[in-house]
Amino acid sequence: MKCRVCRERAVISVRRHNAGFCRPHFIEHIHRQVARTISDHHMFGADDRLVLGVSGGKDSLALWEILTVLGYRVDGVYLDLGIGEYSSDGLRFSRQFAAERDLSLRVVDLGSDHGFSIPEAARFTSRVACSACGLSKRFLLNEAAAEMGYDVLVVGHNLDDEAAVLLGNVLRWEVDYLARQRPVLPTSDGGLVRKVKPLLRVAERETAAYAVLRGIRYEIEECPMAAGNTINRYKEWLNRLEEQSPGLKARFLLGFLDRGAAYFPPDPPELLACGECGRPTPGETCSFCRLKKVTVLRIAGRSA
Amino acid sequence: MKVIMHQPRREIEVSGPRSVKALLNRLDMVSESVLVIRGDEILTDDVRLHPDDVIEVRPVISGG
Repeated sequence: MKCRVCRERAVISVRRHNAGFCRPHFIEHIHRQVARTISDHHMFGADDRLVLGVSGGKDSLALWEILTVLGYRVDGVYLDLGIGEYSSDGLRFSRQFAAERDLSLRVVDLGSDHGFSIPEAARFTSRVACSACGLSKRFLLNEAAAEMGYDVLVVGHNLDDEAAVLLGNVLRWEVDYLARQRPVLPTSDGGLVRKVKPLLRVAERETAAYAVLRGIRYEIEECPMAAGNTINRYKEWLNRLEEQSPGLKARFLLGFLDRGAAYFPPDPPELLACGECGRPTPGETCSFCRLKKVTVLRIAGRSA
Repeated sequence: MKVIMHQPRREIEVSGPRSVKALLNRLDMVSESVLVIRGDEILTDDVRLHPDDVIEVRPVISGG
């Protein structure tokens, strides 16, 4: 296969664009896709203070690299969720990446800051691990961004992540979630920091290829708690369909954002200050504080 | 050929496939879900494979 641009040997085929790319032209293609997404959705400007949620995986590290190359100054925040070797490896890759590029990385430790880990939350509450993890990450990333005065929280959700979540929301007709599935989630007066997803047009395979081609070392092994994860199963299904119909994932997601999302207008609930932490929540106590309270109580009960 | 797999990391011997596409078919995988790597090169589906190759099949799906 030849590169679409220069006719040299291609290192990757992007079937939805019916194109192969050599290394330099693939990297250029990815930079262009991300720059276009930032611009089309007015995600942020040169003067905004940006913080990126970094996991040590391919998506967040690739995005950090891309944004840096595009000229943005982005700090990172790593959440140590206490998932054994998986967390320590993720932290090691994140620190190595930041140190090599002289970037700033802050570490938030769920255990020392809040007294529990994700495996403990999964063990001591009715929530499955990925649900406890997702809500903790949303809370902690927003809290870190708000406390440190950032204008924009950047996350590494890629095209496959968003398409899989969309599939799940459609299969269950989760209209409230469909109303919140947007490339940009705006700032709220109560303390929610503007959140953006610049990898929206970049497939998961492409972020992995980008990381490999740029020499970025990242966590390859999957989280041990994610075995049987519903979103990963949806991704595998979508990839099987994509194999038969290249471009299907992008048409599904980008078509929704372009033409379908208008049927699910955002209807943000009135937010109050959480009685425990003061962060915005539609109820009296936010879901993170409820999770924390139950988990910490049960940990204490076990050790008493 | 020797094939390095992940999740969990392991090595298996596969004989027969002459192309990346044929190897993925043998492993019941689709190219959208993995990168196929030889040395420091990513391989496209049409690349020919040799019996003494060491090939890494790296999954790209992650729950993040």
